[in-house]
Amino acid sequence: MVNGMEALDRKLIRDFRRLWSQFLAISLVLAAGVAVLLMSFGMSDALEETRATYYERNRFADVFIDVNRAPNSMLDIIRNIDGVASIEPRVTTYATLDIPAKVDATVAYVVSLPENGTSLNQPILRLGNWPDATATDAVVLNAPFGEANNLWPGDDFTATLNGTKRTLTVTGWALSPEFIYTIGPGSLIPNDEDFGVIWMPEQALAAALDRTGAFNNLSVKLRSGYRLEPVIDALDIFLEPYGALGAIDRTEQVSNAFIDAEITQLRTLAYTLPPIFLGITIFLVNMVMGRIVALERAEIGLLKALGYSDTAILMHYLLLASLVGVFGVSIGYVAGSWLSFELAKLYADFLKFPYLIYSVSWNIYVLSGVLGLIAAGTGAARAAWVAARLAPATAMAPPAPPRFTTSWVDRALHLIRVSQPTMMILRGIIRWPVRAGLSILGMALAVGILVSSNFFPDALDLIIDTAFYQSNRQHAVLFFNDEVDEKVVEEARRLPGVLQAEGQQVMTAVLRHEHYRKRATIEARRPGMNLSRVVSTNGQVVDAPPGGIMLSERLAAQLGASLGDVIEVKFLGVHQGTYTLPVTQLVTQFFGLGAYMDQTTANRLFQQDPRVSIVNVTLDAAHGDAFQQSLKDLPKLAGRAMLAENRAGFEDTISRNILITTTIYAILGTLITVGVAYNGARIQLSERARELASLRILGFTKGEVGFVLVGEIMLLAVLAQPLGWWIGWGVAKMLTESYTSDLYSMPLVVSASTFSSASLIVLTAALVSVLIVRRRLDGIDLVSVMKTRE
Amino acid sequence: MTKLPAERVFRTSGLTKVYDTGEVKVYALDSVDLELFAGELTVLLGPSGSGKSTLLNILGGLDHATDGRVWFRDLELTNLRDRGLTRYRRDHVGFVFQFYNLVPSLTARENVQLVTDVAPNPMRAEEALDLVGLTHRMDHFPAQLSGGEQQRVAIARAVAKRPEILLCDEPTGALDSKTGIQVLEVLKQVNEDLGTSTVVITHAAEIRKMAHRVIWFQDGKIANIDVNETRLDPAEIAW
Ligand SMILES: Nc1ncnc2c1ncn2[C@@H]1O[C@H](COP(=O)(O)OP(=O)(O)OP(=O)(O)O)[C@@H](O)[C@H]1O
Ligand SMILES: [Mg+2]
Repeated sequence: MVNGMEALDRKLIRDFRRLWSQFLAISLVLAAGVAVLLMSFGMSDALEETRATYYERNRFADVFIDVNRAPNSMLDIIRNIDGVASIEPRVTTYATLDIPAKVDATVAYVVSLPENGTSLNQPILRLGNWPDATATDAVVLNAPFGEANNLWPGDDFTATLNGTKRTLTVTGWALSPEFIYTIGPGSLIPNDEDFGVIWMPEQALAAALDRTGAFNNLSVKLRSGYRLEPVIDALDIFLEPYGALGAIDRTEQVSNAFIDAEITQLRTLAYTLPPIFLGITIFLVNMVMGRIVALERAEIGLLKALGYSDTAILMHYLLLASLVGVFGVSIGYVAGSWLSFELAKLYADFLKFPYLIYSVSWNIYVLSGVLGLIAAGTGAARAAWVAARLAPATAMAPPAPPRFTTSWVDRALHLIRVSQPTMMILRGIIRWPVRAGLSILGMALAVGILVSSNFFPDALDLIIDTAFYQSNRQHAVLFFNDEVDEKVVEEARRLPGVLQAEGQQVMTAVLRHEHYRKRATIEARRPGMNLSRVVSTNGQVVDAPPGGIMLSERLAAQLGASLGDVIEVKFLGVHQGTYTLPVTQLVTQFFGLGAYMDQTTANRLFQQDPRVSIVNVTLDAAHGDAFQQSLKDLPKLAGRAMLAENRAGFEDTISRNILITTTIYAILGTLITVGVAYNGARIQLSERARELASLRILGFTKGEVGFVLVGEIMLLAVLAQPLGWWIGWGVAKMLTESYTSDLYSMPLVVSASTFSSASLIVLTAALVSVLIVRRRLDGIDLVSVMKTRE
Repeated sequence: MTKLPAERVFRTSGLTKVYDTGEVKVYALDSVDLELFAGELTVLLGPSGSGKSTLLNILGGLDHATDGRVWFRDLELTNLRDRGLTRYRRDHVGFVFQFYNLVPSLTARENVQLVTDVAPNPMRAEEALDLVGLTHRMDHFPAQLSGGEQQRVAIARAVAKRPEILLCDEPTGALDSKTGIQVLEVLKQVNEDLGTSTVVITHAAEIRKMAHRVIWFQDGKIANIDVNETRLDPAEIAW
């Protein structure tokens, strides 16, 4: 028996070598599943770990609140709120910068550095030194901003602080857990060249902003075990008289919320893709092992006659499949570890983490390895069981020939005079409908993966069109730190290069309806404004009707409010007052939680003269530089956003990310297709070898015989397309729903080119796989095939 | 002595086939010179391994000779490459093998149509099946037919294109003698009615009695050629 086992082992190795290309194709599918699992868990773990460590080491706060101006005397009261561990008051502002040799005005968020050092949200110095506490014109930049603008320690630039121009000197670069992801006002994506963070000693900044002895920004860290809500409520109440904009926790902190979204997406990936690959692995192993056992019937019979037990036979085939499993899992480990590490590095770099803590926990390896082996084993189970149960006598006899039958389908096919080779293809499919169905499903999933990963650009095209071209027709937006007299619109119109200028008010408010509460930005403007408009998802321009408030549907849903309901609006910041307003209009939008009012209605409400907080302008491109130059002198200007740059930056970032993801998905889709098509064709070749040789003897050319082989798989591949489109569309729909957040909703648009490029990739991969198998036909020995009975 | 038709369909000159298996060289055919004539029914006899199948396969364009030359009428087969041989098989040759080699997923009629669809001057598939007496089983799949019936379908498929030559390698080898006789009768009938030159390899020496000529093989060489003065009908033969 010992010798016998050795013989079986030798057979195992021999079989594995003989069928290596088929096993490789399956292993790659399995490897893809393992790799995706490792990658998505590896990356999300790395992100989470790194972030957690970063937050911990640098004492990232739990609660954040902006106020207009609160006296430092409030700090003692706040320190005594139950649950507060430590607080950090700061003075902050937006400032426009004038960087030497840079034409465009740049915006920065200026943050004070407390005299006794930071106790929360501690920045890490990356280069140079911290400025002296008493320095009046020394600052530290956040590193990516310094790098993008080529501003090194020792370099000077000018900033307009509170209407006064000052020359500042860079002393160093830093990174902060608070600004892992930075986004400028009015921007959609980070752009390090356009927007940065500046740390400045508190004395100097407070003096410049006229806030000595006061603060306008507060971070709070809680004692462990205390709940957030009471602290948030207490802060809101204590600071309300000072123009508080409402306290937020980490989930609403922009930088943190963005990383949360990334982690969620990676986790979603881990739960959706790997099961598909494991499922296809099961199918492929099942198909190939089934064929092997069918071919080895006589051998199995012989082994049994020699005294091998059912268990030995069973184990033999399970072991063969587990070799495939081990092989696939190993490739998956290597590819997954590498991919995951490289992508995590890319992410850490993109997100500006100071370091990357990358350690994929071993249980992810164990989990993916075990799942891989289970998939291979499950696939082999049926064939191995059949082999084990085969009685020696039946095993020695040839298998019963497949039973073909004719039906009305055949009569119909005869009527349309299909050729006999076509008939062979169709009968093969009808005779093994499950196999054909699963092959179709496999290739359809490949198409679906490609469609659902490629639909993002389509959706983004529509978003960009609606958000930029339709809604925001201005070329630039000018922001002011406070509301200013409407006269500023006239001033803006007189700036060089400005063609049109329109002002509007932007206010922060807390909206309440029933027990729902939501912080939102309310835009007030005059009807018929031409530059910044509200455009609904179906492309219509909508104005807020007078006498009430217009809500985006997403916001209305979150408030549980519908048309005609009366909601409570509590303005924060400058206006400070609570009003009840009827919802007079709902609008469907891709972006944001928009709320809109008619400006006349707003002014009447506040009993004030018309004021604006932003001005939208269109520009004559020829005078762009002069315009930028003039901005640097505009008092009270907090910042400006160039929409053309924004759009270019948006498209640029998106297309770079999309290139990486579409490449990865194209590879995944191709692996599935190759796995299904190559193995399908090899099994076709094995089952039909005799028939195909017969056709050659009858005088059919290699091309005509190849048609039978290529035809069946390609027919299945073609049939898989509509199903794949449907699957892809469905997955895209699910994704749009799952990605819909406070920030935006993803429209479900899939362009014809997305469908067709997915199909092109899958059909090409299938054709290439089948043609590789077809070449084996050339090697068929016509004479020897005829000598044997099947 | 029956007057032999003089028109020559095949001629071989020094035809040699060597299998080089490393240690030994096997001369499957050893410089064979042979002529076969139009309308003739020839039986090839000889011990196992004497080279009969090898010859048939080369004549049928399935295999290449190592040396020597073969002509089909004026066409030199030994000059043809794969594409030419395929064309030659398609236009001129019908094969019948011991294991019928029908396409299992096609019915009897469709198996014949496989050929009639592509041949230049075929008979109708139904006509071919009628010729072998299988009109009533036309729409059956091979698995639903007996061995003899399957072999008759194979013959119908081979003759449906009205080939000039029909090459049969042990057509009765897998059949009992009663069924075998039916198959031989079909071959004889095709030979007589269509004038198809027919070569039949067999191990049943009695079958030689239905042939015009009998060629005996031994060690890759022609040992002897007999011409039958009188031929028997398959029904009169027993083995
Ligand atoms: N593919 C091959 N490789 C090596 N030798 C071969 C091969 N095919 C045939 N031979 C050898 O060539 C010789 C002639 O074979 P062939 O098949 O022509 O014999 P045969 O007369 O048809 O025999 P049988 O009556 O048993 O069918 C034999 O010795 C055989 O072993
Ligand atoms: Mg033979």
